[in-house]
This record gives sequence, C-alpha cells and structure tokens, in this order.
Amino acid sequence: MIQAVMVISTQAKPRLLKFYNFQPPEKHQDLVRSVFQLLSARPDSVSNFVKVDSIFGPGTKLVYKHLATLYFVFVFDSSENELAMLDLIQVFVETLDKCFKNVCELDIVFNFNKLHTILDEMILGGQVIETSSEQIMKSVEEIERLEKQSSTTSFIPKSITERFTR
Amino acid sequence: MEQLRTIGRELAMGSQGGWGQSKEFLDLVKSIGEVRSKAEEDRIIARELEHLKRRLADPDVPRRKMKELLLRLVYAEMLGHDASFGHIHAVKMTHDESLPLKRTGYLAVALFLDERHDLVILVVNTIQKDLRSDNYLVVCAALTAACRLIGEEAIPAVLPQVVELLAHPKEAVRKKAVMALHRFYQRSPSSVSHLVSNFRKRLCDNDPGVMGATLCPLYDLILEEPNSYKDLVVSFVNILKQVVERRLPTSYDYHQIPAPFIQIKLLKILAVLGSGDKQASGHMYTVLGDIFRKGDTASNIGNAILYECICCISSIFPNPKMLEAAAETTSKFLKSDSHNLKYMGIDALGRLIKINPDIAEEHQLAVIDCLEDPDDTLKRKTFELLYKMTKSTNVEVIVDRMIEYMINITDHHYKTEIASRCVELAEQFAPSNQWFIQTMNKVFEHAGDLVNIRVAHNLMRLIAEGFGEEDEGADSQLRSSAVDSYLRIVGEPKLPSSFLQIICWVLGEYGTADGKYSASYIIGKLCDVAEAHLTDDTVKAYAISAILKIFAFEIALGRKIDLLPECQTLVDELSASHSTDLQQRAYELQALLGLDKNAVESVMPADASCEDIEVDRNLSFLNSYVQQALENGASPYIPESERSGVISVGSYRSQEQQETSAHTLRFEAYEMPKPSLPLATSQTSMSTPTTDLVPVTEPGYYKEDHQTSKSQPPGDAVSGEFGVKLCLDGVQKKWGRPTYSSSTPSSLASSQQTTNGASHSDGGGSSSQPRESSYGSKRQQGTEVSAEKQRLAASLFGSAAAKADRKAQASRKTAKDSPSTEKVATTNVTAQPVKEQVIPAAPPPDLLDLGDEPVSSNPPSADPFSQLEGLLGPASAAPVLSGTPATSTSKAPDLMSIFSDDVPTGVASGSTDPTLGDVNSTSSHKGATAVASKKGPSLQDALQKDATARQVGVTPTGNNPNLFKDILG
Repeated sequence: MIQAVMVISTQAKPRLLKFYNFQPPEKHQDLVRSVFQLLSARPDSVSNFVKVDSIFGPGTKLVYKHLATLYFVFVFDSSENELAMLDLIQVFVETLDKCFKNVCELDIVFNFNKLHTILDEMILGGQVIETSSEQIMKSVEEIERLEKQSSTTSFIPKSITERFTR
Repeated sequence: MEQLRTIGRELAMGSQGGWGQSKEFLDLVKSIGEVRSKAEEDRIIARELEHLKRRLADPDVPRRKMKELLLRLVYAEMLGHDASFGHIHAVKMTHDESLPLKRTGYLAVALFLDERHDLVILVVNTIQKDLRSDNYLVVCAALTAACRLIGEEAIPAVLPQVVELLAHPKEAVRKKAVMALHRFYQRSPSSVSHLVSNFRKRLCDNDPGVMGATLCPLYDLILEEPNSYKDLVVSFVNILKQVVERRLPTSYDYHQIPAPFIQIKLLKILAVLGSGDKQASGHMYTVLGDIFRKGDTASNIGNAILYECICCISSIFPNPKMLEAAAETTSKFLKSDSHNLKYMGIDALGRLIKINPDIAEEHQLAVIDCLEDPDDTLKRKTFELLYKMTKSTNVEVIVDRMIEYMINITDHHYKTEIASRCVELAEQFAPSNQWFIQTMNKVFEHAGDLVNIRVAHNLMRLIAEGFGEEDEGADSQLRSSAVDSYLRIVGEPKLPSSFLQIICWVLGEYGTADGKYSASYIIGKLCDVAEAHLTDDTVKAYAISAILKIFAFEIALGRKIDLLPECQTLVDELSASHSTDLQQRAYELQALLGLDKNAVESVMPADASCEDIEVDRNLSFLNSYVQQALENGASPYIPESERSGVISVGSYRSQEQQETSAHTLRFEAYEMPKPSLPLATSQTSMSTPTTDLVPVTEPGYYKEDHQTSKSQPPGDAVSGEFGVKLCLDGVQKKWGRPTYSSSTPSSLASSQQTTNGASHSDGGGSSSQPRESSYGSKRQQGTEVSAEKQRLAASLFGSAAAKADRKAQASRKTAKDSPSTEKVATTNVTAQPVKEQVIPAAPPPDLLDLGDEPVSSNPPSADPFSQLEGLLGPASAAPVLSGTPATSTSKAPDLMSIFSDDVPTGVASGSTDPTLGDVNSTSSHKGATAVASKKGPSLQDALQKDATARQVGVTPTGNNPNLFKDILG
C-alpha cells in the first residue's frame, strides 16, 4: 500500500503531507527533513527510486519526481510497483495542471485543501482507486459545484445559525 | 460592518489572485516565504496561532470564514506547529450541514487525529449519520474519513452502513465502500471475515473502476491464503484478457495503454495464485504471452506492466517459452539508458536467476556497469542482486566489492545491513579460513560496532583453532602475523570496540608466543589500549585479562617479571572500579603474580584456549569427601524434589546446603563479588586436589574459577580464561556510533587487492600496468575498460562458473559445515564452557591455497593480516604486496601504486574511489545542464503567475515559472 504522499519544496518546506499510516504530528517534521536530505543529495540524472527502510520502516521504498521547485514523493511498500508509482505521480501532476491551468508552487500552497481532495479521489486508505486524470477532474469539479450550491447560507454568522439549530 | 468589509475583501481577492483565499492567508504565506530564519518563522506562526485561537472561539465569525480559519490551522500544523487546540473545532465542523464546511471538517479531522485519539468517538457518530446521507458527496467524505479514523472497536458501529453502500447506485461510492471494507479488514481481519464474499461479488461489478478497486482487498486476502481463491484464477485471467484486448471503455486508457493499474494488480494476484501450481499457471501462459507481444517499451507505464509480467512469470510454475520472453525483456531494461529501467532490470534479473542462474551470464557487463554507476539506488540494488547470486566461486569478488562499498557509506542503517551481509556470505561460502579471517578483519575495522558480537567470537576461535590440526606450523605462522599486524594498528584512534576486543584477546593469547616481542612491550601496548578506552569496560576487561595471560606465560617460563608503572596504575585503578567484573580481573591478576611457577602453569597453560574441559557433572571426585563427612556424622543430602516443606524458598536453601557441604567458594560463582578471591586463590593453591572445589554445573554459570582449573589436569583447565572471555557477552554490549579508521586510501587499496585476488590470475602482469593507469579516466578509453570489466565479469559470473560450481558444490558442503558448528559452539561456550570440541571442517582442497603446501613457500599469501598492514600507509604495505606471489594477481601492486601516487601520505580519509567520484560529479553536472537547457520558453500567463508568486514571496520558480510544462508538454 501507499504509506505517504508528500510534496516538499526545494527549500525544504512541506507543501502537502498525507500519511496513510498514522504518524504523530510531532514526527512529521523529522520525516520531511530526512526525506528532503535524502532527495536533495541525489543528482538529477539518477533513478527516481530510493529505499527508505531507515526512515519509514523495513521494506519501504520511495518514488519521487523533482519538478521545478517541488519534490513529489510517494512512499509505499513492496506491494506496489515502482514504475507504476512514478506514473501515479504523473497522474497527480497532470491533474493538478488541469485543475490550476499551469500549476505553480503558489497554487499548491494556497489550495492544499484542493490537493487533498484530488488525492482522496486517487488514493483511499493507501490503495489506488482512480488513475484517470479526467475522471478525477470530473469528481473534483462535481464536488466544487455542489459545495458552491450548498454554501449559500454561509454568510450568516455562526451564532445565528446555532441559535436556530438549537 | 466589519463582516461586510471582510466579504468585500474576499470578493476582491477572489477576482485578483484567483486562489480563493483571503488576504490574511495570503499575507501569512507571504511573510513565511520571506523569513530568513527558523526563529522568525516560529514567531510568525505563533502569532497566527494566537489569532486563530481567538477567532475560532469567537461565535460571531461567519461560517464560511470558519472554513478558512481551519485551513490555516491545518497549514500551521503542516509546518510543524502544535495546533491541538483547534482539533475540537475540526470535530465540530464535521457536524455542520453545509457541505464545504463538513468536508473541510473531515479533512482536518483526518489529518489531525488517528483512531486512538479521544475525540474520534465524537466523529464516529457523525460518520454513522453521514453514511446514510442522500448526498453522495457527503457519503464519500464520510467513507474517506472512515478509512482514516475507524479503529477496531468502532468498526461494528459503521459496518452495516458500509456494507449497504456496496450496492449504492453511484460507482464512486461503491468503490470507496469497497476500500473502506478493505481498510477494516487490515485493521481487524476478524471483524469483517464474514463479509469476504462481498469482495468476490464486487469483482463482477458493472463498473470496471469498482472491479479494479476490489482487486486491492482480494490481493491481500489471496496473499493470506492463496488456496481458497484458486477458483478465481480463470476469472482473473479472463478479466486480464479483456483488459489487454481493449474491451474496456477508452476512458480507462492511460497513455494509450488499457487500464494499466488494473493489469498490474491482476498480474500481482496471478503471481501469487500461480506460485507452485502447475495447473493454475497453465491458464496464464497465453495471456502473459499476449502482454509481452503487445508490450509497449516506449512508455513508463508500459514498462511497469512488462516488469510486473516478469515478476509473475518468475513466480508461477516455470515455462521455458515465457522465461525466454521475460529474459528478453529484462535485457531490454538493462540495456536502456534510463536508470529507472536499469533498476527494474536488475530487480527482474534477481527474480529470474532464482529459476535459471545462467540468465545472469549474458548480462554480466550490464550488471557491472550498474555496480559502478554513480546512482546509489542502482548500486544498492545491484549489490542485492550479487548477494542473491553469490556462490563459492565468486564469493571473494563479491564480498570484497561489498566491503569496498561499505567503507564509504555513511548511512548507519544500510551500513549495518551490508556489513551483516558480508559476514553472512563469508560464513556461508568462505573458501578458506584464512580468507574468512581476512575478510572479517576488514569488516571489523570499518563496521565493527555494527555487526553482531558473535562474529567477533567466531573470529577469535578461528585464530585459536587454526586451519588444520595436523599443520601446527601454519597455525603459529598465522598467529604471529596476526600479532604483528594487530600490534601495528592497535594504536590507531577510533577502532571499533569489538575489533579491539579481538586484538586484545589475540595479543594476550599469542603476543609472546613466538618470542619476537617482549612481554613488557605487549603489556605496554595493552595498557595503552585500556587507557585509551576509558569508557569501554568490555575493552578494558579484555585488556586486563590479556595482561594477566602474558604474566602467566612469563612466570610459567620461569622469567622474572616486573610490573610496569603504567600497568600498576591500571591494576590499581581497575581494582577500585565500579564494575565488579573489572575488579575481579584486577584482583585475579594480583593474586596470580604471587603464585609460583607450577601453580601458574596449571592455572593458565599456554595456548590452550581451544582445549576441552571435562566437567564431571556428578561431582564424583567429591565422593570420598562426602563419604568422609557422612562418617563424621553429617546428614545426607536430600534432593530438592524429595524434600517437604521448603518449596517456597527451595532453590535458595538448597544452594546454601550445597555450599556448606562443598566449599565456601561456591558462593562466588553466582555473583562474582570480589574481595575474597585472592585469599581464596592462595588458599586453594595449598589444598589438595581431592578436597578442592566444585566444578560448575549450572548452565547459566559461565564464569569459571581459576581454582577449578587448578584442581584438574592442565590440559583441561583452559576454559578458565576462555570462559572469562565470553562472559563479557552478558556484561556489556556497546552498539555505539560506528567509528572506523581514517586510513581509507590504503585500506581501499588492500581491499582492491583482494578483489582481484585468487579468482582471476589470468590478467598478466604486462597488461595490468597501462590498464591501471587508465583506471581514473576509463570513460575515454573504452577498450581498456571493457577489458577490466570483462575480467571482473569473469570472476563474478565466470563462463567456467557452471563447471567450477559443480565441483565446488561438493566442497561447499564442508565449507558450510564449519561456520554452523562454530555458531553452535559459540552459544555453547556462553552457556557451558564444557563441550567445546569444534573441529573446523577441512576446507575444500581445490580452493585452499595454503594447508597442503609447505608454509615457507608462500608466506605472504598465507598471511591474512598483511591486509591490516596496509593501514599504516602505502610505504609499509608495499613490501608485503610486492612479495605477493602465485595466488594473488599481479594487479594488486599496480593498484597499490596508483593509490600511493594519488594519496602518497595515506591521509585523504573517507575519500571515495577516485574513479567513481569523478564520474559522479561529471555526470551530475551534465545532468544539471541538460535539465536547465530543457526548460522551454514560458507562456505569458505563467509569467504573470510567477510575478505574483515573487511578489507574495513564495519560492520563486526560477527561469521556468511554467512549472510542469517541460514534463507535460
């Protein structure tokens, strides 16, 4: 299964963290740091796979893609295929690009909740459930449409609605 | 009014930035982007958190605003700050009926909490309610949260609803319900075991997406017990066939490949189901053949499928035709320029050689290329492959390569792994004891603190036992060369503790044996060791015991000995040590100095560490003493089992009884307390053998008293000090940071030397000189390179390997025997130093280059410790190497000269192999420029975006604002 999805900037800042095996929040920064150290030490022309037993436990591997200012990192165990994971990153990035039209780091910083939505459509409980970026886009757009519909009441202050619901 | 203004600003932002976030969030991101220090960032976030705390608790905040506040909280937590005060707000937000808020709430909860968190109980109720919602998006959000938050106890609460959702009209919901069930199965298999049939049912779902999702849980289930799913083989094969034949809607295509992820999952499942099952495998061959035929090697995902296909073929019942196709694809991978594909190729090769070892031969050069690749991942994978294909014919080359690589690793975890692999291979395939010792020395030198202490004991045993009983000369030659080399390196700083233990033990046991070194010289060295390692009690214990042994040998030879001042200081210090073990050793030493020649000889006979000690478990030699006591009116001993009324305190009492009937010394054996010992020793030296002591019977009793040995014939007495050695096992184990000697260059050279040792002596001396000088610039000189590679390849894979292997097969068994007996023996020794009769199996004659030859003919090659001499620098190493005849190749000296040319002083510690270093830097440089030049002209809108990005202060994207164009285009 997939154990974690991380997007880390080349400045070592986490842009998106999603763990499918719970990791206590205190540990997150350590993980980001170790992964970043590992990746930043790798030259550009080498393979995209790294064994990360020492960071994520025995048998874990990591696939990453370095795109402009970001590292996209998928961590997974032996039940996944490295090349396929590399393509999953591709699917993810393609979807982001469709979603944001020429995606850049800033889009990701400001819309990390949208990234989570996209990821939730792709991966559930550490298993890949959807790999077509069109399909993912459709679901995400549907969600947005319905969210907009149901947000008509949102300008009423919380205190008032609470009074009504009581 | 305030609210209106907020809304206005939000609307303005919406039109301006397009990110739909508020100015405040924008400002936050901007200020974090601009910070110069971590402290500054912490301050900003702390301020932000204060603000969020206030706003979240404020009842007058618009609910839409709440969503953003919560997202900012998530953001702060992602940056590593404690946002636990907001968790309750996230939980509350999941109750909200508005979809965006609910989804945000679920998102935050799923990121903040885990199933064991206290607040989860509040969410379970909401999930339950939402699973019944009419709005499928709410259901989806709830299912996603359920995957994350429902722990074992909460599963029954939501299980019925999730099962109902398996029949939901929306395929997205069905898909997620399947995954949620899968997740529940992972958490607690028993809670959903009755629902397994649902997975089978979903396999026939109309929607291919749902079917694909069902493969995930089925894969797990099949891994558990493949036999109960054999009936599905035909269905899986049919599905795969349909997918491959493009019967699915084209919307499932990815890069023109039909549903690749489903194909991969199916292949994984078939690999498990077909493993060792000829009939099931029979169904698969056709479709696998189809996949190979249609295989698309141009795209990444096409290769992923092919790779998975190879895995499947190597796992199921072998079929020659399939294997051929797999081997062909593997060679395509290996020949590819892409590191990723090479990596997959090496992995695939590792799987295929399990079925047919000959496949590797064809790819030997590719493998060697990978071994020398600057890519660390690829290198490691290749070492994994080599580890799998090690046999007695190539073990020397492989292990030497591994050690060479190990020396330069900084990652502890991996260093430990590769060190233990070296040890494992060396123990399993060692062609000779001599090579084994040599290899172990190297491993200890560089990763001594990372390997099991058992290995150190093994090495000491080998040195003590020698190679063959009939050839004492060779053994003593080996030992004195051990002493020579150990004496030279013992002064090196930062030797690993376990290596020092070996050194001390060998110096103590054999330091003065050949008369080359004076006792005081050795003792001086040992004192230095003890002094230099103040914090390491184990090393100190080894050192003081070694000193004791040397004194004993001197006394036994009738020589006069003087206690050197530094030795006296050491003894004084240790007798006041906090460690009772060290105290005992110090007192033993003092006591021994007071004994006469004969007594010492029986306490500590020379070179007797491997002799057997016979222990009379019935203590029959005490019979006369007991008889005498009984006659004098003592009450007879009643075995514990026959006694009444003392059960509760049984063991302690009976011990005391035994003690009184035996001897006062009996008491010490258990606790090893100190002070009575010297007294006791002198006492016993007076006493007659018959009334002496109790030999040891308890299995846990590892500490042998020297008095015990006294009472027995000298030949049997030895385990005394052997026992003392091994008892350290329990005393202290230090697994600290590994430290290794800084003299890398020369040791590199020495390991190089063995790389070429023995296995390929065909490389004539004439050709090796130019080849070596081109070593550094081999990229330019292709032909020479290939010559060297071919040689390496020959030693690794050897076209003659097949034949030689068969020959070695027989002898390997013997070779294998010896380490295993040793293993057993080691444990025996710790438990009971009694039966220690380990006869090292005779090494296979064809591999043994020592044993049956006269020793004097080739002393240097018989000397595993010449390796260590390299540590002292090239100058001292040169004579040894130049003297290397016969078995080791002429390549070694050349290599040596290269290293001494490059690094004449032997200083540049930790430097990597110069060749690799060069290649590494150049290729990475090339890579960098290539990437830079690849970046194309950017689109206008992207530029604008980047401008905004700069303005906001987030990491500027460099000359390519249009981030992903280069890969997406």
